Amino acid sequence: MSADIYLNVAVSGLLTGLVYGLMALGLSVIFGVVRVVNFAHGEMMTIAMYLAIVLFQSFGLDPLVMMVPIAGVLFCFGYAMQAGLINPFINRPEHSQFILLVALAIILVNVLLMIFGPDARSVQTSYSYDSFAFGRLIVDATKLYAGGAAIVVAAALFAFFKFADIGKAIRACADNYTGALVVGLNVKHLYALTFGLGAACVGAAGSMLTLIIDVTPPLGPQYTLLAFVIVITGGLGSMPGALLGGVLIGMTEALAGLLFTPSAKSMFAFAILVLVLLFRPQGILGKRAS
Amino acid sequence: MTALLSIAGVSKRFRGLVAVDRVSCEVAEGEIFAVIGPNGAGKTTLFSAIAGALKPDEGEIRFLDSRIDGLRPDQICRRGIARTFQIVRPFPALTVEDNVMVGALLRTADTARAASIADDVMRRLDLTDKRARLAKSLTLPDRKRLEVARALATNPKLLLLDEVMAGLRPTETDRMVAILRELNAQGLTILLIEHVMRAVLALASRVLVLHHGAQIALGRPGDVVRDPAVISSYLGAEAL
Amino acid sequence: MRRLAGGISPRAAGLLVALLVALIAAPYFANDYLLTVLILILYFAYTGQAWNIMMGFAGQLSLGHALYVGLGAYTAAALYVHFGIGPWIGLLAAVPVAMVAGAIIGFLAFRFGVAGVYFAILTIAFCEFARIGFDHVAYTGGSAGYFLPVAQYGHDDLWNLRGRPVMFYYVILALTAVAFLACHLMLRSRVGYFWRAIREDEEAARALGIDTFRYKMIAVVISAGMTAVAGVFFAFYYNNLFPEQVFGISRSIELILAPIIGGIGTLFGPVLGAFVLTGLSEGMTELLHALGFDVPGAKQVFYGICLLVVIVVLPDGIWPWLSRRLGLERRP
Repeated sequence: MSADIYLNVAVSGLLTGLVYGLMALGLSVIFGVVRVVNFAHGEMMTIAMYLAIVLFQSFGLDPLVMMVPIAGVLFCFGYAMQAGLINPFINRPEHSQFILLVALAIILVNVLLMIFGPDARSVQTSYSYDSFAFGRLIVDATKLYAGGAAIVVAAALFAFFKFADIGKAIRACADNYTGALVVGLNVKHLYALTFGLGAACVGAAGSMLTLIIDVTPPLGPQYTLLAFVIVITGGLGSMPGALLGGVLIGMTEALAGLLFTPSAKSMFAFAILVLVLLFRPQGILGKRAS
Repeated sequence: MTALLSIAGVSKRFRGLVAVDRVSCEVAEGEIFAVIGPNGAGKTTLFSAIAGALKPDEGEIRFLDSRIDGLRPDQICRRGIARTFQIVRPFPALTVEDNVMVGALLRTADTARAASIADDVMRRLDLTDKRARLAKSLTLPDRKRLEVARALATNPKLLLLDEVMAGLRPTETDRMVAILRELNAQGLTILLIEHVMRAVLALASRVLVLHHGAQIALGRPGDVVRDPAVISSYLGAEAL
Repeated sequence: MRRLAGGISPRAAGLLVALLVALIAAPYFANDYLLTVLILILYFAYTGQAWNIMMGFAGQLSLGHALYVGLGAYTAAALYVHFGIGPWIGLLAAVPVAMVAGAIIGFLAFRFGVAGVYFAILTIAFCEFARIGFDHVAYTGGSAGYFLPVAQYGHDDLWNLRGRPVMFYYVILALTAVAFLACHLMLRSRVGYFWRAIREDEEAARALGIDTFRYKMIAVVISAGMTAVAGVFFAFYYNNLFPEQVFGISRSIELILAPIIGGIGTLFGPVLGAFVLTGLSEGMTELLHALGFDVPGAKQVFYGICLLVVIVVLPDGIWPWLSRRLGLERRP
């Protein structure tokens, strides 16, 4: 019996981890190309979450379906943010970029706080309490759908970078900024596009997460941190690394919550982060910087 | 003359590519020793091995009769070998004076004492009138002299110069040659990597020629430039 | 003589003396509210100065400085609550505890080559680690908070830091003044030159014979120790400690805004930044209150906007710009 609990918790952690991974994928893509660490990442996700909640509560629209338009909205938001604010900061020192994004994060969280107040909100769909049984393994329907959707979105993003011309151009920018300028690529536009794509990942992930967790404005900073932990564990700038990191952290937190106490679960995520930074600073799947 | 620096059978490989292949030579106290060779000949690798930026795979490097290969760059500098960088790296947001002070403070913790060392070094390198300027606002020739000044302020016995003439106009090259000759006359030993043959011929007492990592000639500049191996591999038609 | 004046022009020195006199006289004119604001300003000026040693001088970006505040606060509070040991003796334990924590983080990061953004995130990780850890330490109250005994004080007991706000004001003013002076002296000494060399270009610094590992360690340890002193003050001034409040990431960010806004790597930056930011924040509260626009979050939104404007318009901070305008620059 007890082995079943561990299995169930591990699978649940894995599915949640896939959604975390999708969120972190956004951070990783942005860093990999634009070389800016998005300290407003979790805050952008809370925007997506509240969008999903408003759409659900006002019009009864399912967050899993709304994931697509919400990702679209976040894409536009991300594009505008990069084009309007961050592009002039590309060659500024790290701490300068940091303050810019922290300022944005403070504004975003508190605008949400002003509009929605501090109380937790959640989405109750018709399938909120459904579950599937695979033999002795029992999986929540919401987590299964969310995890599956995360894989689909991630796969679409992989395909975009692998096959689409714009995707290839963005990778060229990431590899060689000057080279990209020389061959006449519009780097600023491509950067904004990348930030938009990263924001879209966050939009999709945020929308899905409303099925799994209750939403409050202070989730923003927490998810920013979580995204850092995942991305560094997996390898900053590596797309498969972000997903792997998400799954690893998701499962670790779930199992630590079961084995110890739920409130201490993040400690284990941070412990993994510290170990990775010390022994494999480029992350599990990251390439070592020359 | 006693050997200040001796390099014995030093090799360095990068993933199968032999960058430096069993190079041996000695730099005597008080001389100006030049290392020349075409691009990719292994000059910078050899230089980095002496300065401690790289650890050689084989061979040993001795300075003042003790082994220095494998030591960290800061340890090597404290033993008395100062270097410059091929692409100059002054501390951009510090003034010229503060840049030189950093070097001078290696030998004394007393800032007043370091300041007088810095004053002296800046005067010798024609930087006194630019002492309050930020390093990032300097022109390339000034930055190159600042790079030398900063290294010199650490009071080295051996000065390693990595293409310090590169990118200078002929008048600036002559100015640098004059400064280096002056420093040498005051007893400083200099090892330089150089592409500008005019400067090498004007300065060096001996020249080591590298080609594909191997040493193909070692001797007085006048002899080396007439060496058939050197002519065919490096100097070619353009130099003669 | 120029060196004794230490690179501060006579006009800047005059300004400094005037500021100090004004601050010493302030309690005779300020009401209780203004005094608490001034205490807050000086607290951020002090911690900003301490953080500035690491980032502004030695170029190591720490985003987890709340760790050192918290370790200092909890150590001194635990000694006081459990053993009746006063804060000044408590410092002798609190400061070394934070220094050891700083040394461990520094050692791990610098030996394993963790730098830049990665270093910053490592510091956040340790701070979060402490936050969650202290949530589960029953000895210091856990997540329910840790409280120092309070009473109505008729007189000031400086030895036990129990008393009225005026006493706390002078304590933090003294700490800030000492920190300013200490940073000034360090910056003009060998260690200051070496730190700035490392900040500008670590490889070039190493080539000049600087043991960069050692000097970065010195920066972290001094900065951590100085920050822990602020933690002790924090514990005895507020009398309650919650891990969420003390170690939260927003606390770490709060600590570093003043020096960045004021001017990173400058001596006046943290002080000026603390005045501007805290003044702004408190002014905003008053203004919004007066306008009847008291929604939670409104103040922070304006705060964020001001931050955004400053960093876009004055990327090096306010002080470098202001000192040029006032003609306080060191003469060439």
